Amino acid sequence: MSTLEQLKEQIRKALPDLDVVIGWEQGYDAMHATPLFIREEADIDRLIWSPLCVHSLGTYLTGLTKSSKVQKVGLVVKGCDSRAIVQLTQERMIPRENVTLFGVGCSGCLSHARLEYKVEQGGHYVEDMHAITFNGDKVEVAVDGGVESFDFDTVCLEKCLTCRFPNAIATEHFAGEEVPVAPKREKAPSLEAFEKLPLDERFAFWQDQMRRCVRCYACRNTCPMCVCRDHCISTSRNPHWVSQEASTAENFMFQMIHTMHLAGRCIECGECQRACPVDLPIMLFRRTMVHAVKDTFNYVSGADPEATPPLLTFKAEEDNINERGW
Amino acid sequence: MEAKFISHDDTTGWLDALSEQHVVLAPMWDNTVVTFRPHVKGRTPVLDRMPVLPPKEGVFPQNEMLLKYKYDKDPENLDRTSVQVKETLPQDTAVVVGARPCGTRGMTVFDRVYNCEKIRDPYYVGRRENTLFVTVACTRIESTCFCHDVGSHPADAEASDVLLVPVAGGYVAEPVTERGNALLDSPFFAPAGERSAEAAEVKEKNRAKLPAAHDYTGCGEKLMDRFNDLAFWEEQSAKCISCGACTYLCPTCYCFNITDESVGLTGKRLRTWDNCMSFQFTLEGSGHNPRPTKAHRLRNRVNHKFAYYPDLHGGAIACCGCGRCIKSCPVSVDIRAIVRAAQTYTPKPAPEGGDER
Ligand code: SF4
Ligand code: SF4
Ligand code: SF4
Ligand code: SF4
Ligand code: SF4
Repeated sequence: MSTLEQLKEQIRKALPDLDVVIGWEQGYDAMHATPLFIREEADIDRLIWSPLCVHSLGTYLTGLTKSSKVQKVGLVVKGCDSRAIVQLTQERMIPRENVTLFGVGCSGCLSHARLEYKVEQGGHYVEDMHAITFNGDKVEVAVDGGVESFDFDTVCLEKCLTCRFPNAIATEHFAGEEVPVAPKREKAPSLEAFEKLPLDERFAFWQDQMRRCVRCYACRNTCPMCVCRDHCISTSRNPHWVSQEASTAENFMFQMIHTMHLAGRCIECGECQRACPVDLPIMLFRRTMVHAVKDTFNYVSGADPEATPPLLTFKAEEDNINERGW
Repeated sequence: MEAKFISHDDTTGWLDALSEQHVVLAPMWDNTVVTFRPHVKGRTPVLDRMPVLPPKEGVFPQNEMLLKYKYDKDPENLDRTSVQVKETLPQDTAVVVGARPCGTRGMTVFDRVYNCEKIRDPYYVGRRENTLFVTVACTRIESTCFCHDVGSHPADAEASDVLLVPVAGGYVAEPVTERGNALLDSPFFAPAGERSAEAAEVKEKNRAKLPAAHDYTGCGEKLMDRFNDLAFWEEQSAKCISCGACTYLCPTCYCFNITDESVGLTGKRLRTWDNCMSFQFTLEGSGHNPRPTKAHRLRNRVNHKFAYYPDLHGGAIACCGCGRCIKSCPVSVDIRAIVRAAQTYTPKPAPEGGDER
């Protein structure tokens, strides 16, 4: 039985006890998947599982589990998605007992941005792509009556290159085989490149980038770890902490807020950057913070259900922070 | 008025010349995406694709300063403060180059609201009257394009001053208004001559790329039939994450917010784009919000475009079919599918739902 068939079977069995199970279905064209809310058995037929299933569905949990109508939620989770649930559980942000996880092993997801860039480089128009097949480490795209083939590593999401948790953890169900843990890179290539820049160039880089942010907050709202939802300080009117003005400085300020509030919580799912309509490389901030937390607290968010997140505990004397030396 | 021809190479020179007199907004590579930016001399505009952001920025900027203010404290009596206010009406003339027909046509949706008998918004009108649109006819039809469903087409010149039609080696520039015609009075242009026939072919060919048009006739009533059916809207909005991508990128979304942004004793009154998908939209001072959930808010976005607005403005749909809200939505919410769901709605055997409020 394929992973998808197993997944459908598991959902079919569990559905009578759940109000909704969230997975993915085919979106508005061949290149896109979209979240699917399964409420009735018939909906299960629409479920898909492929590298198009990019969305981290845990982002719906904080909203749904507060709703009076929905008590029991099922979620299909990839490895990275499951880390969000682990972290949210540790923070007691979701009633974990009401959540049923259907885990899968994941060999990586497609980066639409990278694929579109490749396709254009190849002299095609992106809108002429009309079918996509994932064939092991190759991606085949039907475009302009021909077929273009790409190495998956060149068109996958950057997070998948460094992924150490491809198999969903701490789930109630697991469909298909576990995939081998084989990160291709130690560190994200974009961060490696960025860190080589001298400080003034980094500043110039962000000035050039942050200008085009429209403050749509797609990065925030798609983040499974952003739990304040309607009460984010960036949009609160009273007090009016952050200016409405979408200027380089204010946009940067908002990214700092997001990054700081995600310290020790960000599970590097990359959803913030994927969601950004103007493709801002904001994972650079998140990854920098993730590395800082690892170095300082030796902690990896959402990786171990038994661990205590560093910001939920207190040590009079931190191992790696020389407070007296200040 | 006569159609002219301009070569690809001369386009940049023409924009250089225009930018001596006007603010020229043109699509440009902004790192990895194409957005409208003030033209920089010598920089080639990117005219072969739909920019990610809408051209409304030219007339209805995301940040518009309405006035500046300054408080003065009376040194004799610190309880007494006086305030000086300085209005900042837009003065510049501008040319927006490189919008698609859908994006330019989006301005007509604004005009009916901000420049009508009842309301003449001086900031909007000030810019609108001083801004010309040089639109590029589409040759690249995307899966999210549906201008033809909402009464338009890939070479629609409505609201444009000039329409550029891509032909071999450059563009046939078709003047649409007198002021547009004047823009073509420049040494960079030659008479179009036989190229006009090629332009007509290009238009024809690209129109034919679009699938059969969907019929939205009567969709307003169908949507209003579902108005109180919150279960319908909960289903449609389930995957929406309440961000601002769809509204900020939409060429026809015209809601705004006004805030005073102060630093010390000085500040500015700012008008910024508002977003009906956000919890803060219509949030009242008391803390009450008549649109408390994303279901209520998505209902507002869809109905505003396909029901309320047409009802107020002689049937005009307030969506130009550009597809940005579909293409850039992080979770691929498809406004077309929502309207269709209302159009084809058949009640389920055991309806559930009701108003969550
Ligand atoms: S998603 Fe992108 S454009 Fe929107 S607020 Fe975040 S960084 Fe800015
Ligand atoms: S900040 Fe970005 S990478 Fe981190 S958890 Fe949120 S969406 Fe994922
Ligand atoms: S940015 Fe911070 S305050 Fe805003 S939603 Fe995210 S965690 Fe909450
Ligand atoms: S862009 Fe999509 S997810 Fe964001 S508010 Fe609009 S419909 Fe909802
Ligand atoms: S509603 Fe969507 S398709 Fe219609 S004009 Fe706005 S962004 Fe374009």
